[in-house]
Amino acid sequence: MVVPNALSDRNLSFPTGLITGIVLAIPGYFIGVWTGNLFGLFDDQNTGVILGYAFAVIGFLVGLGFLNYPLARLLGWPVTAVPQTVEERTWGRYFSLSLDHKVIGMQYLVTILIMLLFGAIGAMLIRTSLLVPDASITPPGQYIMLIGLHSVMMIFITSAVILGPFGNYLVPLMIGARRMAFPRLEALSFWVVPPAAVILAAAVFWGGFPTGWTGYPPLSEQAGQGMDSYIVGFVLIAIALVTSGINMLATIIAMRAPGMTWTRLPMFVWGIFATAILGLLAAPVLATALVQLAMDRTTNTTFFVAANGGSNYLWENLFWFFGHPEVYIFILPAFGIIMELVPHFARKPLWGYRTGVVGLFGVTLLSWFVWQHHLFMSGIAPVLRPFYMLSTELISIPTGIIFLVTLGTMWRARIWFSVPMLFCMGFLFNFLIGGISGVYLSDVPTDVTLHGSYFSMAHFHYTIVGGEIFAMMAACYYWLPKMTGKMLSPLIGRIHFWWMFIAFNSTFFPLFLLGILDMPRRVSVYAANLQFLNDWVTVSAYLLFGSMLLFAGNLVYSLFFVPGIAVANPWHARSLEWQVPTPVPAGNFDRVPLIVGGPYDYGLPNAKPVADFGGLVGATGGS
Amino acid sequence: MSLRIEPADRPHAIRLLVMWVILSIIGIIAVLQIHYPPYDQTIQGEDQSKTLALLTAMATPVFIGVVMMVIYSAIYFRRATAELVDGPPMLGNTPVQVAWIGISAIAVLFLAFVGVTTLASDNVAKLVNAPGRSINTGGQTGSATAAEQGKELQVQVVAQQWYFTYRYADYGGVETTHLYLPLDRPVELHVTSLDIIHSFWAYEIGVKADANPGVDNVFHVTPQKTGSFTVRCAELCGLWHGQMSDTEGKVVSQSDFDTWIAQQQQDYAVIQKAVPSYAPFYFPEPTVKGS
Repeated sequence: MVVPNALSDRNLSFPTGLITGIVLAIPGYFIGVWTGNLFGLFDDQNTGVILGYAFAVIGFLVGLGFLNYPLARLLGWPVTAVPQTVEERTWGRYFSLSLDHKVIGMQYLVTILIMLLFGAIGAMLIRTSLLVPDASITPPGQYIMLIGLHSVMMIFITSAVILGPFGNYLVPLMIGARRMAFPRLEALSFWVVPPAAVILAAAVFWGGFPTGWTGYPPLSEQAGQGMDSYIVGFVLIAIALVTSGINMLATIIAMRAPGMTWTRLPMFVWGIFATAILGLLAAPVLATALVQLAMDRTTNTTFFVAANGGSNYLWENLFWFFGHPEVYIFILPAFGIIMELVPHFARKPLWGYRTGVVGLFGVTLLSWFVWQHHLFMSGIAPVLRPFYMLSTELISIPTGIIFLVTLGTMWRARIWFSVPMLFCMGFLFNFLIGGISGVYLSDVPTDVTLHGSYFSMAHFHYTIVGGEIFAMMAACYYWLPKMTGKMLSPLIGRIHFWWMFIAFNSTFFPLFLLGILDMPRRVSVYAANLQFLNDWVTVSAYLLFGSMLLFAGNLVYSLFFVPGIAVANPWHARSLEWQVPTPVPAGNFDRVPLIVGGPYDYGLPNAKPVADFGGLVGATGGS
Repeated sequence: MSLRIEPADRPHAIRLLVMWVILSIIGIIAVLQIHYPPYDQTIQGEDQSKTLALLTAMATPVFIGVVMMVIYSAIYFRRATAELVDGPPMLGNTPVQVAWIGISAIAVLFLAFVGVTTLASDNVAKLVNAPGRSINTGGQTGSATAAEQGKELQVQVVAQQWYFTYRYADYGGVETTHLYLPLDRPVELHVTSLDIIHSFWAYEIGVKADANPGVDNVFHVTPQKTGSFTVRCAELCGLWHGQMSDTEGKVVSQSDFDTWIAQQQQDYAVIQKAVPSYAPFYFPEPTVKGS
């Protein structure tokens, strides 16, 4: 958003916005296809499709207005490096290129929730297909397409479900900054996500892709043009992870308000900080591997083709070198949320703040040394197995620290059982099962049976849905009063929690049994004696979906049917983000606050209020 | 900080400790009553069953402890009053933290030690010295030597979309559609693929090994009980991945095996010319797209 300067009437003559973006994306696609076909390769038009997607995304971003600022700089027109904070409360700002971190956070939240709906519908269709042991409800071709779409859509969502909405909205508020370090990068990290989702969904027109989210070649080289959606969509998500990673790091390191020392940093910000490191370092590896895969598919390179000197192990290593840190990109912000919320509702200081931070960074560090546990059965050099077994099991130590800090904070507390706190307790239960089942998979002898079975599927759903999504729900109930100005109904919230908690466990716990009883992942047919368990899971999955609809209902109810604005600090929390008015003013803080206390100093004698808001003028955070 | 327990902590700590010990003992005894797959048809499968039981026994006190803490907090540390009150400001307790980290580290190192020793023992199949993915070793190319007692039976598992076939190197590379293994004879499985990645999962005999094109993936197994087993594909391999299974794998006595393999060799003689000669792995044509 370039604000026209009063001194000059020179500016871009065509309007930019969401509609322009869509208008430019469509010809972009066809130009890309045409360009790709010029090469005349034996590649089933894959070059055309990939370039088509790429040009469409570029057209979309240009139409949105991403080029305005650099173009104006190049041409010497006057620009505003950081847009002035204008009070602007129109709906239109949510549909345009906004550089306000609060608008971007809300854009992210709504986009992610819509994507979540589609991902969940995919899951429902998969479960419906598994009502019968043969493939009579869904033919194998459609079933495998559903597997691919559900898995990759969910990976897109879970990469960003906390980092995107809550990270962007709350990190500046929690550290006392008026904006993010790089607002345009921040906007880019959001605006590549909707195209990624659309491109992924476009795979339907090519019959989907058969590989699931792992995209193992040579199967992914054998696949049709649907695979190109996987490649381009994932590259866009990698771009989102890198840009938001570098932005979060710069913001947290450089934009903290005076007095916001490292030991006063809220745990959620620590969680985002650790996540940003992982995203920044892991996502480029994925992007590289995807470019190699695209070249194999189009220009007949043979990175992954064994018959011509390549190796599919190259992909497996690159993919999991990204893929394992990726799962901590999912869970570290969730750890941050749990450790952030529990002190506020236990009304006690965080028990072992420094130990908790060490736990987060222990997970961050160890996550780089474990990826080959995905390859235990793949035929890697056997001498590597003991090392990866040990490194994987070591991760339970820092994870155990997170549990220790949380349980210690609840010790002899006066716990306020609000809805967010219920979700935190649910997280502890679910993630405990998810974590323990991970140890089974890290142990090579048991992994022989459990690898690639429903057991591993149950394991990562326990960590991601039971962990990350439960933490995301806690975050929604906790922070949405600040973000939307509306309290979610606590009564519906309580029903939602118990419904979701029971339905979740009833859905995913039987999957452990199915895995131990010889059911491989991603199959459209299974042994007839497993039908009862599968039907049980399917019915539970429907109920789980119902609980999500209840949440959506609660959201809509609070937004459109509850009059008035929520109080500024409904939880009586100490931390900084609750001390600003609701709705949050355009520049967050009238004056940059001077931080004088920790966020969790409950019950401490002589505890100071968290910040002095009459503080310094213009000390940091832009104009 | 000393390891002193504050008077206010003492009733909670004692109550939790007693409950935890009792429930853990009951829990461990209960989970050890379960017979864990993949049972005892092979030595390797039996090892895996035992490891599964050990892991479950070790996980039980951890699970019970944490869940008990969560429930206990929900009951006893719940706010009783209508208005908000702050809890006692406890900032941490170094001895407790050190103890927690130390105990979890010991548990983890113990698990890793057990895992490594199980791996390194001959029971789970000399994994450390196995040829693995090396393309120059493993596989007895084209050899048709008669079965010598004591030597590992060489069986090649060839995966392709969407079925497994088996070749017995010691019997002239005879190709069969079902996997038969003789009782009490160590077997060296060489798993490979003709097209894409599959995973050879023979559930009851405790074998899972990925089939990669151009790679000879070695896995060892020693059957100790006769019976049948199921073979499935455990790596997504395209359209009919779910249908890539065979329920007619069998562990049979040596004499039954000899009868069976003789029959197979007879059938195989008819098609032998059409099948490529036995090799560690195969590359079917074409290998370049569009050619």
